[in-house]
Amino acid sequence: MKWNSLKALAASTVLMSGMAFAGPDLGAAEQQPTNWPAIIMFLIFVGATLFITKWAAKQTTSTKDFYTAGGGISGFQNGLAIAGDYMSAASFLGISAMVFMSGFDGLLYSLGFMVGWPIVLFLIAERLRNLGKYNLSDVVSFRLSEKPVRTLAAFSSLVVVAFYLIAQMVGAGQLIKLLFGLNYNLAVVIVGLLMMAYVMFGGMLATTWVQIIKAVMLLSGATFMAFMVMQGVGFSFTNMFEQSIQVFSKVHDLSLADAANIMGPGSLASNPIDAISLGLALMFGTAGLPHILMRFFTVKDAKEARKSVVVATGFIGYFYLLTFIIGFGAILYVANNPQFLDVAKMAVTGKLELVGGNNMAAVHLSDAVGGDLFMGFISAVAFATILAVVAGLTLSGASAISHDLYANVFKKGQTTPESELRMSKIATLGLAIFAMILGILFEKQNVAFMVGLAFSVAACANFPVLVLSMFWKGLTTRGAVIGGVAGLVSAVVLIVLSKAVWVDTLAISDTPVVPFNGPAIFAMPLSFFCCWLFSITDNSAQAQAERKAFDAQFVRSQTGIGISGASDH
Amino acid sequence: MDEAQVDRILHNPKFKEMVAKKRNLSWTLTAIMLIVYVGFMLLVGYNKEFLLSSISGGVTTWGIPLGLGIIVLSFILCAVYSYIANNKLDQLNEEAMREVEAITHEKGPH
Repeated sequence: MKWNSLKALAASTVLMSGMAFAGPDLGAAEQQPTNWPAIIMFLIFVGATLFITKWAAKQTTSTKDFYTAGGGISGFQNGLAIAGDYMSAASFLGISAMVFMSGFDGLLYSLGFMVGWPIVLFLIAERLRNLGKYNLSDVVSFRLSEKPVRTLAAFSSLVVVAFYLIAQMVGAGQLIKLLFGLNYNLAVVIVGLLMMAYVMFGGMLATTWVQIIKAVMLLSGATFMAFMVMQGVGFSFTNMFEQSIQVFSKVHDLSLADAANIMGPGSLASNPIDAISLGLALMFGTAGLPHILMRFFTVKDAKEARKSVVVATGFIGYFYLLTFIIGFGAILYVANNPQFLDVAKMAVTGKLELVGGNNMAAVHLSDAVGGDLFMGFISAVAFATILAVVAGLTLSGASAISHDLYANVFKKGQTTPESELRMSKIATLGLAIFAMILGILFEKQNVAFMVGLAFSVAACANFPVLVLSMFWKGLTTRGAVIGGVAGLVSAVVLIVLSKAVWVDTLAISDTPVVPFNGPAIFAMPLSFFCCWLFSITDNSAQAQAERKAFDAQFVRSQTGIGISGASDH
Repeated sequence: MDEAQVDRILHNPKFKEMVAKKRNLSWTLTAIMLIVYVGFMLLVGYNKEFLLSSISGGVTTWGIPLGLGIIVLSFILCAVYSYIANNKLDQLNEEAMREVEAITHEKGPH
């Protein structure tokens, strides 16, 4: 089994024979009654965020306001917002669901997400802030030829945004389906419209504040859940693990010895190549995610950027520890509670199936430990999470389209701020429609898995070009373009040919074309190699000039001198 | 900044010292993080049995403290970087910046 088996968490992580549950009545499990506390809390959140959006809309008059909130966010606020971007539906619902279904494997995912942060801090954050204006394309095209490099950076950013958006939309659809009993498609459309409102009218300022509020709510809610779980096991991890293994063996119809395998790596990375590939993608992908990198331009200088990473890493690490406990808590309190099981579906598939899908483990746990009212709170928070993250993603996608492709490539910088702002709003509209359609098409995908794909593309296409442009004097336009294209194309092709897409989503044939699932181990070195090879063999006059321009870029990346001039357009 | 200014900044001893110290700090910490994480993923790929083995006869396996430990280590490394950057490097940074700014403010050809 490969790590794509994640997408069907229930199916492949443990080999389950048909489970015979003493039958709770089918009706109870099939549809949740309308949960008024949840709906009211969610409406309060939406009302508050729309109010903020209205306030932000007044402050957002220029492109600089739209993309970077005018550079006026503090390091601590930005740290919380970055943590908020990271504590997405995939992290909260996906990882806790992964721990719920296969134990330790969920931890492997959060580890990969986590270790990218120190790398971002040590190597990227400060230089990025000193060099760029709105997004990572600004940085890679700093001394290289504007048109090809920016086009490439914009396209690979858009691919990453697309994968990530799909994951979030799917999570949102499933959540509202469960919570409101709404049709999945309708749910996706609601999310699309709300995020469009935030981004289009409130820009980065609204997006950041939505993210901060949500981060605080999510951290509080998750802390309470983890506390209740730990209290139930007498604050002893050993107790928690022991009881979880027992419940796990019972509900999955496994021997105790097999169930104990949830305490170590399972099918997530069953062969070494997939394990290392996944690790590389998660670790370096962080440093290539456009919507995260964009946040570094909302603070005033490199020192604040540094501070935001430390704050973000602290909150993110704490949050992942909580999701680990929450996942085990779900095994204890959700897996064996008939109220949360979709018995009708289980009769068909013969596997453990939760009401609303297995990604809902954390939401069910909130019901089990905190009752209806608390479940309402957590559902509202989870939904808010998705809204906030899709808003940030859409914003970075819009910047790629309007700031990169439209203003700098298509119009060659000959635009007015007004027309660029108008274009970014059109782009927001387009991206929202696109996200809704893809969200509907990819309904069955596991959200954390889709995020894994987004990280793979970020690590293979964005990261090599970004890091070489900042650290290696020899990089030329030709090298950057060929290397970036090689990384992007090879990563996407390998993903399309893998089992998850080729067999499970597109259903073209029964066997995947390529046997491995993580593209990073092949595509990332290939990208670095192409950057290097096509740079050193490039002896054109332009290449010489680009190498020469590195010194000035280096001084700026270290000192930030000239930075304000660049921001004032 | 013109070329001559860039050149003078690059050869300024304070600037050079600041860059060298930052570089050492960044790459040392990056190397620690990479070695620990890649080592752990190699264990996941090649030696699952070890990660699944019990620490002291109980249910808790080696994988759990190692995995959770890496999360904690990530934060500690960030905190270390920030501490050193704020307390040890900032003064040097300011001195270097003053000299660099003096260079960039000089007008005309050199």
